[in-house]
Amino acid sequence: MSHHIVEVKDLRYTYPDGTPALQGMSFRVVHGESVAIVGANGAGKSTLLLHLNGYLAPKGGEIRIGDYPLTKKTLQTVRRTVGMVFQDPDDQLFMPTVYDDVAFGPLNLGLPTAEVESRVLNALSVVDTLHLKSRPPYKLSRGEKRAVAIASVLSMSPDILVMDEPTSDLDPRARRKLIELLKTFKHTKIIATHDLDMVVDLCERTIVIYNGRVTADGPTLEIFENQAILAESHLEKPLGMQGCPVCGNSVQQFSSLK
Amino acid sequence: MSNIESTFFDIGTMDTISRQDTFVHRLDPRIKVLTTLVFIVCVVSFGKHDISALVPFLVYPLFLVVLGDLPIAYLLRKLTFAAPFAVLIGIFNPLLDREVLLQIGAVGISGGWVSFMSILLRFTMTVGAALILIATTGYHSVCMALEKMGVPQVFVVQLLFLYRYLFVLVDEASRMVRARSLRSFQGKGLGMGVFGSMAGHLLLRTTGRAQRIHLAMLCRGFEGTIRPFHPLRVRGWEVMFLLGWSVLFVMMRLYNGPRLLGTWIQGFIS
Repeated sequence: MSHHIVEVKDLRYTYPDGTPALQGMSFRVVHGESVAIVGANGAGKSTLLLHLNGYLAPKGGEIRIGDYPLTKKTLQTVRRTVGMVFQDPDDQLFMPTVYDDVAFGPLNLGLPTAEVESRVLNALSVVDTLHLKSRPPYKLSRGEKRAVAIASVLSMSPDILVMDEPTSDLDPRARRKLIELLKTFKHTKIIATHDLDMVVDLCERTIVIYNGRVTADGPTLEIFENQAILAESHLEKPLGMQGCPVCGNSVQQFSSLK
Repeated sequence: MSNIESTFFDIGTMDTISRQDTFVHRLDPRIKVLTTLVFIVCVVSFGKHDISALVPFLVYPLFLVVLGDLPIAYLLRKLTFAAPFAVLIGIFNPLLDREVLLQIGAVGISGGWVSFMSILLRFTMTVGAALILIATTGYHSVCMALEKMGVPQVFVVQLLFLYRYLFVLVDEASRMVRARSLRSFQGKGLGMGVFGSMAGHLLLRTTGRAQRIHLAMLCRGFEGTIRPFHPLRVRGWEVMFLLGWSVLFVMMRLYNGPRLLGTWIQGFIS
């Protein structure tokens, strides 16, 4: 199933105003992997994600999604393969009702009505929001909006899910629910985030980027144990891996996992 | 600002009302749009001193309010938002046109006052009919109806997006205003200069958001047309609804009902 692969080779991008964003980034994500992309603010995470669905065209280097190099010709296929969940669900939910929004993608794919309907209902029930289907998106809570935004991508049956800060602005319960939900997905997942504790729960592999370059790429726990890498990339150990703030004892939970 | 915020929450109320399930709500949106159109054209086509002939037209909005189970107080409140425009258009008529048209006891009523009243009445009926259309159909369905009837999709999509992002924009603007007022003291910081920079910021944020929305659409296979999912279907009796009302409107336009009734009663008495 080679079409679930994402390969980035020496990717370079400079914004029109001259700000260099990506300065030679390379990695390869294989089928079914769940990969976190972490880095300081302005490290280039968002720019990288915008390349993965072809919104920005690289100034240098190459991207391959599945069997295709990302070019103008393959853009449609790539966008069908890569489902992108935005950081602000308000950007993603633009149709008058939740149902219409989740149906937007499948309708654009030209699927027959019955198929669209079953996909929409299925996607909504996966994220447990079937009861919201006739509500207008602007009336939902943040957590509900996020769930619907994910459904609106799932309804297109993508092979690869790309998410930008999926847990930002969620209350602890909604965040936990989302993490549990994402755990059940079999897709290849690429998640850009600052929520390192979620990364520990969800991603077996982490790519650290800083100043437009990959500074570390490896098993999540190994990377988060490496103080040098974290400090160099303006990051800190996930809270769950730090000592108890009251007694100072370190938590054994993760070291026992290794 | 709380004022603007609550006004916009009110739009949400309109949305809720439009999702009721009554006979009027179930009508095909196109039928309602067309009937409303005929109604408005008939009402505005009256002469400037007509009042009595306009009165029978009230039957249509009343019919919809009753059958559509609409909160009339809410609709009247909405009407008053737009009322200043109508008042401004007609307010000088009593000064400009002082010829006495009507004598009630010792009081002479000038043509200006009559035409002013006529303008207000027509305003109430046309804007009221439009409000009722939205309240019984929903903004979204009205847009879909317009598209089905051949309005170019570019305009329809613009209208839909306008409505969807009005809320987000008002939200952003009111947060900005709140942030400003928390750091302004004794009227300092509330001047035009700051306002200009805020408006500019809002514009930049809006374009930024527009780009992200466009990206979100592209990601989901958007190629320039929005495909409506719910198929619309006009049933036979709905056509009768349109035809029946249209014929009635035209009849009421051609014949002054109250006057006919008046002459008939006069004839009957004498």
